[in-house]
Amino acid sequence: MTASDDDLAAGGGLLHRRTLLRGGVLAGGLGAAFAARAADGIGEGSPETMRVPGAPFSGYGVPAHWRGDIKRSIGAVPDRPGTGASRTPLERLEGTITPAGLHYERHHNGIPDIDPAAHTLIVHGLVKQPLVFSLDALLRYPMHSRAAFVECAGNSGGMIAPQPAQTTAGGLHGLVSCSEWTGVPLSLLLDEAGVDPRATWLLAEGGDAAGMSRSVPLWKCRDDAMIALYQNGEPIRPEQGFPMRLLLPGFQGNMNVKWLRRLKLTVGPTFTKDETSRYTELMPDGKAREFMVEMGVKSVITRPSFGLNMQGPGLYEISGLAWSGAGKIAKVEVSADGGKSWAQAALNGPVQDKALTRFRLPWRWQGAPSLLLSRATDEHGNVQPKRADWLAQYAPGQAYQFNAIAAWQVEAGGGIKHAYA
Amino acid sequence: MPTLKLAALSLILMAGVAVAATPQSPGLGRPATPTEVQAVDISVPPDGSTLPPGSGSVAQGAAVFEANCQMCHGPAGVGGPNDRLTGGVGTLTSPKPIKTVNSFWPYATTVYDYVRRAMPLVAPQSLSNNDVYAVVAYLLSVDGVAPKDAVLDAKTLPLVKMPNRDGFVSWEARYRPKTAAR
Repeated sequence: MTASDDDLAAGGGLLHRRTLLRGGVLAGGLGAAFAARAADGIGEGSPETMRVPGAPFSGYGVPAHWRGDIKRSIGAVPDRPGTGASRTPLERLEGTITPAGLHYERHHNGIPDIDPAAHTLIVHGLVKQPLVFSLDALLRYPMHSRAAFVECAGNSGGMIAPQPAQTTAGGLHGLVSCSEWTGVPLSLLLDEAGVDPRATWLLAEGGDAAGMSRSVPLWKCRDDAMIALYQNGEPIRPEQGFPMRLLLPGFQGNMNVKWLRRLKLTVGPTFTKDETSRYTELMPDGKAREFMVEMGVKSVITRPSFGLNMQGPGLYEISGLAWSGAGKIAKVEVSADGGKSWAQAALNGPVQDKALTRFRLPWRWQGAPSLLLSRATDEHGNVQPKRADWLAQYAPGQAYQFNAIAAWQVEAGGGIKHAYA
Repeated sequence: MPTLKLAALSLILMAGVAVAATPQSPGLGRPATPTEVQAVDISVPPDGSTLPPGSGSVAQGAAVFEANCQMCHGPAGVGGPNDRLTGGVGTLTSPKPIKTVNSFWPYATTVYDYVRRAMPLVAPQSLSNNDVYAVVAYLLSVDGVAPKDAVLDAKTLPLVKMPNRDGFVSWEARYRPKTAAR
């Protein structure tokens, strides 16, 4: 099908989000590829994969070797290979669930190899009865499964640079991933220990070589926090906290403490290094915001994007991800003319609380330069800010919790550059 | 017919399975002994209540720093390949704010907690409690936050007032659901 002018939803060739659906299924073009047939048999006309037996079974499958280049990009501190981050290649993936092996990583001193039989979680501090939980014990508790994104507070921080960095969607925004997590509601363990009414926070601590520790407000622990034991159906990966991590849906990635070994109920925050010297944001008046615990509403177009150039004028699908630490995505708008006009994208459901949501919009690209933007709004009315407005909130050089509108410049020849809008 | 089946199924569920919004706990937590708790309770809040016995002086700390920290953080905590630790006091409102331990961190207890649990990066938790008191005293002394003859211990360390002690504004309440109890 070809879209007609009746389908236009905004400037630059953006079509109504139901255009593709109205046109029905794509016409088949594959039928003619292997038309030749031998007179006495069909073998000669068949592809080799139909004429020789295939590979045997495997105990744990791996991606197609044809796509073996889909990998996390690693940025480690020189001489400290366990310190730094690796990013999810967002532009090479579709849907909303990140494969566990491509979930972004942020480690502060490497990945510990924890013996699950020896590991325990201790709950103490302002409780009636301090308790120790083994993994085997937790595996007998009632569990809950849910999708949730985890996003590093430093994600997209490169966008504060004066000039736009020429890199991929994953390179810029790949410190966000989304999984189905399964685990034990934290409130169950807190009730079992009996929380003293004076406690309003707890300290969560990991068993890694950084002893990662963060203070968490108790309301969050009682709301939707869990001790996650499974990720996408399998035991949580070492990079994500095996044998257990704290999951705080929508909160700064750093607070979702991996390799969780201890929860201490406290009167107030403990003011750990990672909630004072880091993950705080200086404002122009010299004061710093601390405990900016929740990630803002945000979106990014993953296709087309840097590295995925246009292949001539014609009909394309704009595809991207949106999320909010406050809840569900309500709408995503897309502009192809740098923000002069906007069209509402289709949300590819289910639209879930504090999880990645895929948005899509058909686009008839006619070969002209085009500045592509996306702008997400969540169910509470929070809207992604413009980059200039985001920057104005803070002192120079501050880069945490960057959630401003991102842009791709599509050039006349079909090349795509990262741009600011 | 389908209605009947559904009704029968509901009855079975009601009879045998607790399908509840708040699941029941099997109660498998084992009481922790005071020794177990003490062994893991390494976090140090601003009141210093969990600081260990021992002490350390600025002079001792200078030696500890040179042997364990300088390779990554540079002499006196400046100019190394990793984080700058000292200087920058008073720059937070300037066009180029410099965040260091002395210019930015609100509590000396945080320095003690972090150095003791996570430093040096190549051998975390290898310093003695006294060494950590000493190295904190040294770092603070570089910018005069602690005097050159300071000796820090569980009593004196929480009393140190960091220059940026009042420089933070908590944003946490903005995210609190209106229905959530504190």
